[in-house]
Amino acid sequence: MSFLDTHGAILTIIVPLFAAFLMPLLGKLSQKAPRFLAAGALALSSALAIRLAIQVWDSGTIVYTLGSATGTIFRIQLIVDGMGIFMALIMAIVSLAVAIYSWSNIDRYTGQEKYYALLLLVTVGSYGMVLTGDMFNLFVFFEISSISLCGLVAFRSQRGESFEAAFKYMLYSTISGVMILFAIGIFYGQYGLLHMVGISNAMAVNGSTMLDKIALGLLATVFAMKAGSVPMHMTTPDAYGEAPAGITALFVAASQAGLYALFRTGFTIYSSGMNMTTLGWVLIVLGVLSMFIGVTMALVQSDIKRLMAYHAISQTGYMLLGVGVGMAVMADPVLMAQYGVDAMRGGIFHIINHAMYKGLLFLTAGAIIHRMGTSDLNEMHGLGRNMKWTAIMFILGALAIAGLPPTNGFSSKFIIYESVYQFNPILAVIAMLVSILTLASFVKVFYSAFLGPRPSKPVKEAPASMLLGMGIFSAVIVILSLFPGFIIEKIVDPAVSALVPGVELTPLSSGFFPSTIITGDGFWSVLVFIGAFVSIMIIASLIRSMGNKGFTKRKGMGQPYYFGNRVTASARVSGGNVYWGFLKAMERYYKPVKAEHTGDANDYVAWLLITMAVILAVVVFL
Amino acid sequence: MRPMSKIVQAMACLLYPSIIVFGAYLIVHGHLTPGGGFQGGAVAASAIALMIVAYGSKKYNKTRLSALESTGLVMFISLGLLGLGVAFFHNFLANTGGIFGELVEYGTNLGNLNTAGTIPLMNIAVGLEVVGALGLMMVILAKGPEKGGRV
Repeated sequence: MSFLDTHGAILTIIVPLFAAFLMPLLGKLSQKAPRFLAAGALALSSALAIRLAIQVWDSGTIVYTLGSATGTIFRIQLIVDGMGIFMALIMAIVSLAVAIYSWSNIDRYTGQEKYYALLLLVTVGSYGMVLTGDMFNLFVFFEISSISLCGLVAFRSQRGESFEAAFKYMLYSTISGVMILFAIGIFYGQYGLLHMVGISNAMAVNGSTMLDKIALGLLATVFAMKAGSVPMHMTTPDAYGEAPAGITALFVAASQAGLYALFRTGFTIYSSGMNMTTLGWVLIVLGVLSMFIGVTMALVQSDIKRLMAYHAISQTGYMLLGVGVGMAVMADPVLMAQYGVDAMRGGIFHIINHAMYKGLLFLTAGAIIHRMGTSDLNEMHGLGRNMKWTAIMFILGALAIAGLPPTNGFSSKFIIYESVYQFNPILAVIAMLVSILTLASFVKVFYSAFLGPRPSKPVKEAPASMLLGMGIFSAVIVILSLFPGFIIEKIVDPAVSALVPGVELTPLSSGFFPSTIITGDGFWSVLVFIGAFVSIMIIASLIRSMGNKGFTKRKGMGQPYYFGNRVTASARVSGGNVYWGFLKAMERYYKPVKAEHTGDANDYVAWLLITMAVILAVVVFL
Repeated sequence: MRPMSKIVQAMACLLYPSIIVFGAYLIVHGHLTPGGGFQGGAVAASAIALMIVAYGSKKYNKTRLSALESTGLVMFISLGLLGLGVAFFHNFLANTGGIFGELVEYGTNLGNLNTAGTIPLMNIAVGLEVVGALGLMMVILAKGPEKGGRV
């Protein structure tokens, strides 16, 4: 065993941690040094994470004991299995892209060494949450990630709104941190253990007690809050909207560490001692609520980053739905083989897809804000004429989030629809409806930001480092889109079998090409789609060539008319009014839902506590 | 904060070294008696609080306190990294006979400072970090908010 084989797991966490602690010293020496230290450290830890991933896929779970060559469950351990390394890979890609993107994005701000130190600490927190093997370290890393994110939300300190958002986020994360600690106290009091596998084994002996169920209710609520699930989502749009754009992309990945902790608690710790159907249904209900309320609230937003933040909530719903269905049928091997495994595959595959396309979308939004100086959709138009690369990458991200073929978002949603339909058709129909509304709201963003007359002041393309950061995400999206079957087999399946040990994984992709997915009822092949798309395009251009040859763009047709009058730039329908008909028709739904988003921290905490009470009651008494 | 009277300043100067010494005592004896890096660091930082009260907040330099904090943190992680021959945070100094490396005696005794390997060194690192961090917090609180944001 080489040095890196043995210590790879801890070095992944330690390298950014060490760089974060060096940062204040280095920031004194030079203004430019922090950005290079951050990018270098994150590149190194990303490389270590990828190396660790290959090692885990080749030789199975890695257990690393801190402080000693031999391990027992009483020591602090890192346990790296398929699910943990899946999340660490996401963090590896996102953190590196964000560090590069931030070079230009925060160039105009003071306190850069603090920014980069906190960025590194968020990465440390997320790596730690997904790689650790005991509950107390999960809590410690949860706090590291929450507190650093809180500081980063308040980074643009010339704005009062940033402090308000940071305060609300801090309230949520402090309350949830205390609840985790309480749950850990329950474990420690009963079993004298903090080790996840140890607690799970102890529960397997006697079954889970009433106290265990209370701990489960607390942990489930808190981690669902971290993931940004409705109705604990209230701070998410504020925090996402106010954080610098790069941090928002990191925020998405850090929230998914909460999702990971939720799945880990349910599957690894509790499934040995109790029936998980109830918690599965809790996840399904939270997921459906998140999907629907998230997307409908997104439709009415006119701030580009708040709109995307509501979509982040909505997309989290898909993951909760997919994995929740898997959890609900976990006890029944027949149903599990029929659709449970596929639902989990879809849900988990959606995690990496979401981190990539949502990260990309937030970065494009940041590029627009960087050049325009505003995040209000009503004040933007015609950016597509000068920001061509940003526009192209925005289209890629928007297609992926709306789940249009041939993108990666389609692959994972396809699997979720097909498997959830067999579980309960209504859930699948809601999921599809949400997907349509997602497309609608991104059409709105594209229309209002990129189309229309040129902006009044000249706008340049985004700076090179920002384009590079977006390019990393785009490249990963293209790879995920072209080889979904291969990715599911190599990356997602180990994660599923880490959560449900011993489950039978029938291959989802077929033999003839790795990019074809075959579920029970249908199949999805990127090659077939691209072939059909190209042939339709050829037919369309043939029809076009039969038309009037004398037509040129500059003659007359270029001017838009409306009711017989020339349309001027000012008469253009602004972003906020695109769907006024839909919003008017849905007024009775929107009135109470909008009224609940009061912006008052007290109400937000009340929602968190009410949800916690409901989930506790459901988990303990059902 | 504004400086206080000569009497307060003189008394603060008298108390300052004894507080620092007591803080250092708690830090270094962390592995033998109640106390340790955090507690001793907090005591030592109270000396900084006393000085801010007596002399006003202008005298303190945030850069040095911040550097002290970073040094403590880097030292702590470095001690962990030095154990990587076996595992991260491995106590490579314990029972080797070198610095802090003597064997612990059995039975009731007064305690030997020169034991426990890396633990006292880590206490010192944490102590430096806590003095820097708490001192920095107090200086910032005393000075009030500063202008941030765009260059």
